[in-house]
Amino acid sequence: MTAFTINGQAVNVATEPDTPLLWVIREHLKLTGTKFGCGIAQCGACTVHVDGEPMRSCQTFLEDVAGRKVTTIEGLSPDSSHPLQRAWIAEQVPQCGYCQSGQIMQAAALLAATPNPTREQIVDHMDGNICRCGTYVRIISAIQRAAREG
Amino acid sequence: MTPILQPQSRVLSRRSFLVTTGGLGIAVAFGSVPDLASGAAMAPAAEGDFRPNAWITIGADGTVSIISPAVEMGQGITTTLPLLVAEELDADWSRVRVVQAPSDAETYGNPGFYGIQLTGGSESTRGYNALLRMTGAQTRLILLAGAAGMLNVPVSELETEPHRVLHPSSGRSLDYGEIAARALLPDPLPQATEADLKQSHRWRYIGSRTIQRIDVPSKVNGTAVFGIDVQLPDMLHGAVLRAPVQDERPETIDDAEARDVPGITHIVPLSYGVGIVGETVEATRRAKDLLNVTWSTTSRVRNYSSQRLLDEYRAVGRDFGQQGVPAHTNGDAEAAIAAATTVIEADYMSDHVAHATMEPMNATALVTGDRVEIWAPTQGPTGTQGFAAEVVGTTPDKVKVNTTLLGGGFGRKAEADFIIDAVSLAKAVEGRPVKVIWSREDDVRHDKFRPLEAQHVKVGLDAEGNIVGWRHRIVADSIFARTLPPVFEEAGGHDDVVTEGAKFNYTVPAHQIEYLRQDNGLAIGFWFAVGVGYTRFAIECVVDEIAAARGIDPVALRLELLKDQPRARKVIETVARMAEWDRARDGRGLGVAYSDAFGSHCAQVAEVSLNRDTGAIRVHKVWCAIDPGVAIQPLHIEAMMMTGITNGTGHALFEQINVIDGEVQESNFDTYRLIRMSEAPEIEVAVVPTPGSPFGGIGQAGLPPTGPAIANAVARLTGGVRLRHYPFTPERVKAALDT
Repeated sequence: MTAFTINGQAVNVATEPDTPLLWVIREHLKLTGTKFGCGIAQCGACTVHVDGEPMRSCQTFLEDVAGRKVTTIEGLSPDSSHPLQRAWIAEQVPQCGYCQSGQIMQAAALLAATPNPTREQIVDHMDGNICRCGTYVRIISAIQRAAREG
Repeated sequence: MTPILQPQSRVLSRRSFLVTTGGLGIAVAFGSVPDLASGAAMAPAAEGDFRPNAWITIGADGTVSIISPAVEMGQGITTTLPLLVAEELDADWSRVRVVQAPSDAETYGNPGFYGIQLTGGSESTRGYNALLRMTGAQTRLILLAGAAGMLNVPVSELETEPHRVLHPSSGRSLDYGEIAARALLPDPLPQATEADLKQSHRWRYIGSRTIQRIDVPSKVNGTAVFGIDVQLPDMLHGAVLRAPVQDERPETIDDAEARDVPGITHIVPLSYGVGIVGETVEATRRAKDLLNVTWSTTSRVRNYSSQRLLDEYRAVGRDFGQQGVPAHTNGDAEAAIAAATTVIEADYMSDHVAHATMEPMNATALVTGDRVEIWAPTQGPTGTQGFAAEVVGTTPDKVKVNTTLLGGGFGRKAEADFIIDAVSLAKAVEGRPVKVIWSREDDVRHDKFRPLEAQHVKVGLDAEGNIVGWRHRIVADSIFARTLPPVFEEAGGHDDVVTEGAKFNYTVPAHQIEYLRQDNGLAIGFWFAVGVGYTRFAIECVVDEIAAARGIDPVALRLELLKDQPRARKVIETVARMAEWDRARDGRGLGVAYSDAFGSHCAQVAEVSLNRDTGAIRVHKVWCAIDPGVAIQPLHIEAMMMTGITNGTGHALFEQINVIDGEVQESNFDTYRLIRMSEAPEIEVAVVPTPGSPFGGIGQAGLPPTGPAIANAVARLTGGVRLRHYPFTPERVKAALDT
């Protein structure tokens, strides 16, 4: 059993400690907002926060989060009211939407550390997150909007 | 592997707005169909709800549920199509809920796309709009008739505003919900005609820039349900080890170590691989890695090496002794070219590219006796029924398909291989659902790639530089020969999707298009814009080659070749203005390209720079003007153009699958390179509809012009260095610069 906190809830998960956190979150805890994209930390679809830091959950293992605080897209805000979530809707960012949980979690870490990022800082911070639908232009607009509107 | 695309016979009259009083006898499985608007399961239609036809249900509270016959894979169609119904119904969009159609081609097949219920080809809006607008209009007439009875006034004295029927002279009005709950309906019901459709100036929703997509809210908080997210009671997980080379079979299976992994319940030998079923996803993934399988070595795909074959294809294209199947013939192009003053001749080629949808292939299935239930992100729910039935040995009517949201489709999810995996494993463990998720490595290696292809284009000009003849030879394997053999045979060995886009709207007096099929065994498939993605690459680059040969401006030449086509000229003139085409940029080049594919006119200008030392191209900005005929959702059309342009840039610069001796060399995003934010161009889109013209396709219209616009920009930047092979890798660019 490995104990950690997810979205403010204490949980105990009984599976091998070297299981990717991604599968623990998705299939054991049924929080399916976090997505499987590549399994090798190349696409960012599985991004969650561990103690506030953005992490690729496909390459983070259950044992790595023992006693730590994990936040997923479901825990970013109680009612989809995080400035990024509002900006994502205002800018109509998602298309297929599959990568967007990871994009938002990655962006949330940026704004937490850098409330008014430059375009260059945004691109640099977001470059590990792939969007096959090519929503990059609107992702940048939405992050700028969230920074502006708070 | 057989794909899902299957033409189905269809009786048009049965779809013609069939309406009966007291609800319609069409079994719509509302109970387990995800409600796209909220991501939650929709409640079954309540007793007494008014269901005037197979598409619309009106609850006593006035909630209007509208079926989306097409699946949502990011293209926004589950907003677009119901919006057309709501427009003509004069419904209040905020009181509309959208329900995904069950698999039922008879009712929900696309009238403009062989009657099949398959989402693809940018065919949904084009094919469904007339039917859905008429359905909305007729339902409005029924509500008016019902209200007339309730108010005891003639129908002619009534009008509607969103969600209400008004009787202006008495000031009375009724909500649609009240009418649905209480009205007695006339028999026979009124039938709508073209005259009942709204004039475009009365549209409330079509063309509005404030309509948001219904699926977006669920995609910012994790509640959207994709196929991979399906969770069922008692569900098992499955994984499949596939043969390293297509069409090989397992010969010996040593599963001793795999069986020892805790939680593994079944090892399932399959004709094409080995399946594993277990209690957790991680157990199945571990066990899959521990299988020791020897494979047959008889597949002819072992002879498939893509770069060698591409050289062969190019040689075939150049060898006019080899005749192809005619795809289009207008006049005697060869004779015209023989008499020409100047002949321009060039080869254009592209490597295989992979779909790499962000959601990897997956499906969930439950087999109980002769019944099958499937939850899957599929572009073709009715085809899914057929293939699942075949696996289980039952009939399609005993297969229920729940279509989820798709995390990208691009043609890949029109295939059946991932469905067959899930059904095969579910059959082996009967009674418990099994969810199969492919690894990204399998998703890339076992994709159905866009065809490897070479094109040879030969154009003759007279002394004044006018085009007198155009020959276009397309050398590639066939998609339809695998997916729709009857269609392929009926067309005499022509493949309409592989040569798609070769026929253009430029005015040329003689035009000949040939298809030279190369049958080499590797399964190829429908990729974003299919044939248009490469045929327009060749055509648009050759147009620029002609402009260069004549010493005239490429925009001017296109306008000359399209002088009788105002919509085409409009997008080209618009994009030239947006990009300030005539303004020289220091160290940067502009290139233009145009496409009329999918019923929409799209012109783009790309601004590029080039690192001559490394051969790396940088695409700084792309301007785009799009005329989709009617612009239903302009904001969303802009987004779709961004998708096309971003992927158009990525596939022109980076995307490349190499097959050596039948083995795919790329496997994940570290080796199969998708465009990233830092590499993506800035994009500016102008949506310039033409009132009164037909509804055009949008999903794929943005991709074809991007690559040739980039190649044309590089040529103009470098004094004529032509890039004729997708992708424009730095090595290829360097080689072109050196010659």
